Amino acid sequence: KMIFSSSIAQARRTVQQLRIEASIERIKVSKASADLMRYCGEHAKNDPLLMGIPASENPFKDKKPCTVL
Amino acid sequence: MACQGLQSGETLASLKKESDSLKKKLEEERGKLNDIELHQVAEKVEMLGALSIKTKRLLKGHGNKVLCMDWCKDKRRLVSSSQDGKVIVWDAFTLNKEHGVTLPCTWVMACAYAPSGCAVACGGLDNKCSVFPLSLDKNENLSAKKKAVAMHTNYVSGCTFTNSDMQLLTSSGDGTCALWDVESGQLLQSFHGHTADVLSLDLAPSETGNTFVSGGSDKKANVWDMRSGQNIQSFESHESDINCVKYYPSGDAFASASDDSTCRFYDLRADREVAVYQKDSVIFGASTVDFSLSGRLLFAGYNDYTINVWDVLKGTRVSVLFGHENRVSRVRVSPDGTALCSASWDNTLRIWA
Repeated sequence: KMIFSSSIAQARRTVQQLRIEASIERIKVSKASADLMRYCGEHAKNDPLLMGIPASENPFKDKKPCTVL
Repeated sequence: MACQGLQSGETLASLKKESDSLKKKLEEERGKLNDIELHQVAEKVEMLGALSIKTKRLLKGHGNKVLCMDWCKDKRRLVSSSQDGKVIVWDAFTLNKEHGVTLPCTWVMACAYAPSGCAVACGGLDNKCSVFPLSLDKNENLSAKKKAVAMHTNYVSGCTFTNSDMQLLTSSGDGTCALWDVESGQLLQSFHGHTADVLSLDLAPSETGNTFVSGGSDKKANVWDMRSGQNIQSFESHESDINCVKYYPSGDAFASASDDSTCRFYDLRADREVAVYQKDSVIFGASTVDFSLSGRLLFAGYNDYTINVWDVLKGTRVSVLFGHENRVSRVRVSPDGTALCSASWDNTLRIWA
């Protein structure tokens, strides 16, 4: 009897969860993609790993090789 | 037969039928909005030039596999944790080891720097996550000030402070995530929904509100409301365990790394997977991902010892970073985006810039 009623509880939770997920508002992939591209474009110039920055501005880029003693 | 908790007309069979029809409806709704692929929209974006990213620092000092690392907000310090129970705080500019603690457990899988820079959290096989204040006094015994905050019933796989030093979010092999008050150790909220070990979590960027994403051995990535504990969105497209999840910088999307050797990109507002980062030649599991500052690059660490750099929009691989001599367990871009830190089972960490 215990197993049976916990299956019901589990099934009920699944249905409730799915109802929540099914009811959310969604946008089209074309719009989502455009927004992602716009964000990348707006922030690209401030992305050091993407753009590369001069050695003088990057604390990790020193001119001589670094060795661990 | 008397069954407890049944409402009139409701049977196990009717609930199953409703859940199947809801799943079908979800698929249909998501499908309706799939009018074009991300990489197709991105065809008009300029191709990326060659990246010149090389190892600039090699952090040696751990005696065993490095499992996790996290940057401090000051963009120069970082904390790392290892299989041998050691947690080290480094100054990545000078390679100076500023603090070291040895935990009584092995496999410290999770570590995080507090936003203030004054404490670190770590946990693993001890099923706990403990917070250590960082003292300026080198002679002070850090272990003595340890405070156990999170208590799970299986290993702790991930931890992060929320927007302050006061709250800690953890993920665990016990299948749950939990939010804790650091001062009192009180459980503030628990998050149930995964059906197997939770392997990773990431907090949404602060502008986007109180949500976080988790990924687990049940191949699912779940998005949660931190206040209510509610699972608001769920994604199941990977074919194996999800080892790592990370938000895109705008908070509107997240990436995942999986044992199925792919990384994937999910848009939260479209509520679906919008890219798969894969190559026939990439056959080993991916364990970790992080975005560059603009979100254009995705750095992913693999079990074949490499880090692949993907063009997030076009879906192509831009670069491969070689250097580690064993699995890459964690990659993290520094807070100002100037460097990438990678941790490996070869007992070292590397800083790439």
